[in-house]
Order: sequence, then structure tokens, then C-alpha cells
Amino acid sequence: MVSSSIKSSEIRFGECNKQLLEEIIFYGLSLGADFIELFIENSDNSSVLAEEDFITSVSPSFGKGAGIRIFKDKRDGFVSTNDLSKHGLMRSVSQAIEMLDISQKSSNSIFNGLKKLKNYSERKIDWINEVPTINEVSEKLLLSTKSLKKNKKVVVRKGSYSRNWQEVIIASSDGTYATDIRLHQTVGLNIIANDAQYRSNGSRRFGSHGIPNEFRLWDHEKAAYEVYESSMNMLYADYVQAGQMPVVLANKFGGVIFHEACGHLLETTQIERGTTPFSDKLNEKIAHESVTAIDEGLSEGSFGSLSVDDEGMEPEKSILIKDGILKKFISDRAGELRTGHKRTGSGRRQNYSFAAASRMRNTYIAKGKYSKDELISSISDGLYCKSMGGGSVGATGQFNFAVEEGYLIKNGKLTKPVKGATLIGDAKEVMPKISMCGNDLELAPGFCGSVSGSVNVTVGQPHIKVESITVGGR
Amino acid sequence: MNATEITDQIRNSANTLNIEKWDYGASFTNDYSVQVDRGNAKQLKASQKQVITLRVWNRNNLVGITTTSDVSEKGIKKALEQAYIASEFGNKNEFTDFSPLAKDPIQAKEVDKKNPLGIKKLLNILREAESKLIESHEAIKSVPYNGLSESFYERIYANSAGAFRNHSKSQAALYLYARAEEKDKKPRSAGSVKLGYGVEDIDIESCIKDASNKTIAHLDYSSIKTNKYLICLSPEAFLTMINAFSSIFNARSIIDGVSLSNKNSIGDLISIPALNIYDDGLNDKNISSAPFDGEGTPTKKLSIINKGILKNFIHSESTAKIFNTTPTGHAGLGSKVSVSPDWLVIERSNECSELNSSLDHKNYEGEFVYIEELNAIHAGVKASQGSFSLPFDGWLYKNGKKCSIESATVAGDIKYLLKNIINIENKEELTTSGISPHVWINELSITGDE
Repeated sequence: MVSSSIKSSEIRFGECNKQLLEEIIFYGLSLGADFIELFIENSDNSSVLAEEDFITSVSPSFGKGAGIRIFKDKRDGFVSTNDLSKHGLMRSVSQAIEMLDISQKSSNSIFNGLKKLKNYSERKIDWINEVPTINEVSEKLLLSTKSLKKNKKVVVRKGSYSRNWQEVIIASSDGTYATDIRLHQTVGLNIIANDAQYRSNGSRRFGSHGIPNEFRLWDHEKAAYEVYESSMNMLYADYVQAGQMPVVLANKFGGVIFHEACGHLLETTQIERGTTPFSDKLNEKIAHESVTAIDEGLSEGSFGSLSVDDEGMEPEKSILIKDGILKKFISDRAGELRTGHKRTGSGRRQNYSFAAASRMRNTYIAKGKYSKDELISSISDGLYCKSMGGGSVGATGQFNFAVEEGYLIKNGKLTKPVKGATLIGDAKEVMPKISMCGNDLELAPGFCGSVSGSVNVTVGQPHIKVESITVGGR
Repeated sequence: MNATEITDQIRNSANTLNIEKWDYGASFTNDYSVQVDRGNAKQLKASQKQVITLRVWNRNNLVGITTTSDVSEKGIKKALEQAYIASEFGNKNEFTDFSPLAKDPIQAKEVDKKNPLGIKKLLNILREAESKLIESHEAIKSVPYNGLSESFYERIYANSAGAFRNHSKSQAALYLYARAEEKDKKPRSAGSVKLGYGVEDIDIESCIKDASNKTIAHLDYSSIKTNKYLICLSPEAFLTMINAFSSIFNARSIIDGVSLSNKNSIGDLISIPALNIYDDGLNDKNISSAPFDGEGTPTKKLSIINKGILKNFIHSESTAKIFNTTPTGHAGLGSKVSVSPDWLVIERSNECSELNSSLDHKNYEGEFVYIEELNAIHAGVKASQGSFSLPFDGWLYKNGKKCSIESATVAGDIKYLLKNIINIENKEELTTSGISPHVWINELSITGDE
């Protein structure tokens, strides 16, 4: 794929760009930059939407662009452009230099040229040809929406598929030189059920990374049944009564609470901003001793996995919390520079138009020793959150999450479904209250929006019990 | 390439590919932004971005679409080819056409485009603003979320039938989100956002003052008892609520079955008669106004609710055809043409005799909860069910005194809310998302820590 004999005045994907990239890096350093990084991207995406029994949208998109980041001392300037010519890239470098107001045209950095290419894309060249065709996708989506049509109460049925293919070149003045191909596929099912004044929604999303054949293997009937069942269970549910109570959070997407409420506070971007209560708590107890939490980019096929991060570093497995003790922060290049926490292969971005930042990958609470039944039977009056919706975390660490599918727990047993519940709290107070972890760890794909855009992540946990939390309701 | 050259390029490529019917929307943007951290430049950012969304119609009149950032001759040709392939899968149940209004005259506001100040000046302005905000009160320790940006962009719409529109403008934004801390208390934060056509239009001092006052006002906080309360929604909060439930008057949502309304809802009384709502994208105060939508339909002022009665839905070309009406200028060109409101203006109608005018958020001495800002809309609103459960920033007023609420959510139902408005204050206030007075609701459930 790569031949060092090819010279070009424009970045060309699938060919050697070493000389051109080195020239641009030399140019940036000659203008006084301490460090320069180039992230160049070629993308090819498509999405398909099925509504009821028809395909209503097929939407391909593609594009190219570059993000150029320059560091001077601890400051950085970032420029993005669609112009991948030598002239365009050098103009962007000049613009970044000018933004940083670098007057001294000399650099302390020594650039010995780019190292040997780390070609992570070699085995992935054919992925784009191996993914299902639009015909295949359409047929299967229509089968899935058909599977949702189980009775007359189902008034809206939707199935959606998206495929994001991204080819990247990463080069920087520390010699980093890598290429990679990423392939993410997601499929989602949505349903609305209606009966007189009663209405309920159901939805699920499934996703993978690096498995072109994944969608073909997807069990659409099982997925449709899950969504349908959830919607029917909630159709006649009463509103939950607000109050403080113990809750059991289901596995898989239940992990979104840890991700949002605690995981983000362990990113070095939060230390830089001074918005995490955990910045000075390394090696201190921040959670119940039953909690061990991990962030990694290695699980094969998981939505948040990567061969190399967007700064050219291979991902590592980071044990964030071990038996309740804070052990590590999630760090990127800027995080290491500004906070001293070593990079963890977590520099991520949505695309070339964002500078990379410390972001989570596959983040989950490790499994414990209890069964789900043991967790539920330990509660006399509480709430079981079977399916979580979205949520948010404020600048002071307060979070709130919608419960999509909830059931009251009475005397250790699940009873009636309830709707309208919101979990409210803050990480510092809630983490010590996670008193029991189940033995049924499972992961779920999701999208995380933050400073460097929307990135693919996995959340996860076993069933967990929180001793007491505020439940918002009516 | 400029707008005319791109249109010519698309026309030529379409001719080569025997594509007779096409349209496109494009945007070309230059953005500059800065962030600071306690006096130091944190991130300085510039971007040049170009995006084209192309639609083509095949011989069966089915539409295919492609989006690309590659505006080279090769890129445009590839986009047309991909859109043509996608058209084989076009929606056979809903035929899309050009907007019948795509050649009608447009009303563009006469606004001078500002010149870029440049990163250095932006940085100096933001540094000074951050410093002033930190100095405004000893409890304000940092401004963790801040930014000053200026954007220069051009939007284009053109089609193979000869419609051609372009519109360019500049816009600037300043946001300051401060964090205050006092010993033995939880940190509190609040902020302010200001928009202008250029940085020189932004009232920076007022942004600093608003952010400071809001943050400091929340320093003395306490928890609130879970109960039902009399509620006063700030203009921002009421606009947030109406926007969150805009599917009620969105024709696309009605067709898709995710709205509380149906095709026959026009004429229904959906709120108290004292409420008027307009969508007024061209309002002089709307910094983000655009003279045409994604399909080239001119933007216009539209009555949505008049004296409590639902008067109009917002439409794209295809939804208007289904409803046997004309497009309203609310379409967004995408894989499936979306419909969304522009800029809402809310006012008290002249049928307001039943309002309780004694309810004034500045003078009322009884107990009520003042909701300043609603948060986490994406998570806490179920538009298709009409319910909401949202965290908020606000105060509990009691005997003329106010105390910031530590952490709470407000829950309810939009139909109930619209029918249980008990006062709409006289004074309308300008916000970044529209214009609205303060609006009082009889009772909503609040969940607090007590």
C-alpha cells in the first residue's frame, strides 16, 4: 500500500505521504512550534432508515479534511481545513502559528523525521467492500420493522442503520506516523405504542467496531421482541412517586450513569478546567470498596475499541478505580502536558474538525459476586431501572438520568412498572453508595458528546445496587 | 469556487451523468474561536468548512441524496453518482419536489457583515472578560467554560429549474460559565451567553454581569421539599419548553406519528386563550436569521397559536403537499427533509381577562418556584408522550425572600401546562432563542432532596 517513491503535492490516501508530511512538520517547527500534529481523514458513511414497511431514506456521505494542532509551551492552536494540498496544509500551519502569536522563529524541538509507518489499516483495506450492501441493509431493516408489528397498539415502527468508515493518517513531530481504518456500524429500533390516552416508547441500539459482517449476524427478531416487550410493559404504567430510595440499575446500558457521572470526571480535560472533585484524590477512596472500574480500548469488536488513538498511541487498559480507590485518570497529549498524568491512548475526536481530547473508550464497572435476584431481594421498597434513557452532568458534577423502563421493588420482589422516573445525584455522593455489584457484566454501545465532538463508546456494568438516590417523579 | 461556479459545476456534471433534475444546499464557513484558562490561552481554533448536500431525482421521480465536504469537480461528480444510486431507494410513499416558492422573492435583512477581528483580539477580549468575572466576587474561582467566537458563512440553495439563492453573514458569540465555591458548601455555577453580528455588537459587560450575578445568587442554597408548587417560568425556560414540544405544531412529526397533534388539530384550543405564539425567523432581534430554508422557501412570520387556538403547522415542501397547503420555510435539507421552528415569539393575547395579574415575579410575596433555566432537555422530554421531567436552576420564593434551590427536577405534562397558565406577564424579554414574557403555571411537581 505504501511506497516511499511516490511524491505528491497533495495528501493521497492509500499512498505514501511521508515526504510531504515531514515537509509540513519541518515548516511548523521552523516557525517556532514546540510540537506539531497532523490528523488527516477520509470518510465514507451511509445510513438507511426504514419506517413502518418502507425504506424512507438512504443517505451516503463522504469527505476529506485535516486537523492541524500546534503546541507552544502549554498552549495549543488548532486549525481544520478541507484543503489537503501542500499549499492548504502549510497555510493552516501558518494560521496556527499566527494564532499562538509565536514571534521567536526557533524551536527547541528536534525533529528527526517520521518513524517507520505503523500501518494499522493493512488488514482492514477490504472492510469497506465487505460491509452489507444497501439492498441487504434495506431488506433486513424491513424484516426488523415487520417483526415489531405485533398488534394494533403499535403505531410507529422504525429501524435505522448507519455505517461510518474512516481512514486516518496521523503524523507528528515526535516521529509518530500511523495510518488506520475504523469501521463502526449501528442499528437501532424504535417503537411507539398507543392505546386511548396511554402512550409508550421503546428503543434499543446495537453496534460494533471492526466487524464488517456484524449486521448480517444481527438477530433482528430477538431485538424486535425486546423493544416490543419493553414498550408494552410501560404502556399502562403509572408515574413513579418521587423520593429517596434504594435502586437497582440493570447491566449493559445501566453503565451510562457511571460513564456520565463519574467517567467524565476522570478525564484530564476536567482536571484542566478544575471541574472534577477527584483531581486531588489519586490513591484515595472515592467509591464503595465493591467498585472496580475500567476504561479500555481493546475489547475486540466493542464499539469504543481502537487500534490506535487519534494521537497515534495504542490504547491501554486503564483501571480507573480499584476496590473503591482512585488509581488513574484518562489522559491525552494535552492532558499529560498540562496535568502530568501519562497518556492512556485515549486522545479521541469525532473527526478532523476537532482537536483530540481525553475521552472514554469501553468503560465499565467490573463484575462482582452477587446475582441479580440477590440485589433485588435485598430491597424492601425501591426501584429497579431496567432500561436507562439519556442524561446529563452539570459543571458541578450533578447528574440526572431518565429511566425508560422502571419497576417498583416491594419486599424484595419486582412489582408494577412505573414511568417518569429520573435519577438525580452527584458522583461524589453516589459512588460510595454502590454497595453491591452483580456477576452479570455486559456492555452496550453508545455515542458520547463532549469537547472533541461525538465519539463511539461502550458503557457497561453488571447489575448494581445504589443504597439511596433521589428519584424524580410526579 | 464561489456560489455561481459551484452551481455551474453541478449543472455540468449532472448533464454529463444525464441527471436532469437536481437541487443542492451548501454552506461555506470560516470560524475562529478562543478559550482561556485563568489568563492563559487554552485553545485557539480556526476552521474552514464546506459542506454540500445534493439531491437528484431519477426517472421514476424518486429522490436520492448525498452530503460531501469534497467540492472538487471529482467530488461533486461522485456525490451526484452516489445520490443517483441512493435514489433507487427513494421513498415511494412520499414524493418530494422543489419548493413551489423557491423562486419567490426573499426578505433579507440589511445587516452589515463584520470584518474578522482575528484570534489575537478575540483572545485579549476574552482574557479581560474572564478576569473581570473572577474579580467580580471572591467566591468565583474560575470560569471553566468560556469562549469567544466569530463566524463568517455563506449559504446557498439552487436547483435545476433555475432557482438560485445565496446569503452570507457574520455572527459572533460569547459565553461565560463561572464556578463559585465557598467553604463547606458545594460549588455552584451559572453563566451567560450573548450573540451579535460581530464581536463589537456583543455587550460584553452585560455578559460578565449576568454570569456573575447568576452565579453569586446561587451561592446561598438549600434543598427543596418534594411537593407541588406554583411555578414561574423565566422567558428562557418557557421558550425551552415550547421548543422541546414543537412537535405539537410540526407537520413532519404529525406524519411520522410522534406528535401529540393530528392532521385535524388546526382550530383546536390547546392552551388558555391568553397565549399567542408566532414563529418569526426574520425578527429584527434574531441574530441567526436566515432568509430561506433548506429547500429555498422564503422564511416568514407564521402564527402558531392565536388566543390559545392552534392556527398553523410548520412545513417543508413534502409535508405541505400532504396537508394541501404551501411550505412555510422550515425545512432542513437532509437524508429525510426535517422540519423545525426558527425563532419563537410568545406574547399575551388580548383575551387575558382571566389571568391573575397580581402574579409578578418581582413583587409577588407568596410561595413559588422560579425556574430560571431548564437543563438536560434531550433526556428529560418525551415529546411523543407529552411528558417532561427536567433538572433546573432556580429559586424558591417565600415571603418576598428567595433562596437558590440546591438540586431539583420539575415534572409534568405539556398539555396540562398550556391549559394551566395562570399569568403571562406584560413585559416580553429578548433571549438567544426567541422572545417571551415570564409565564406562571398553577402547579407542577418538584422533586428535591428533602
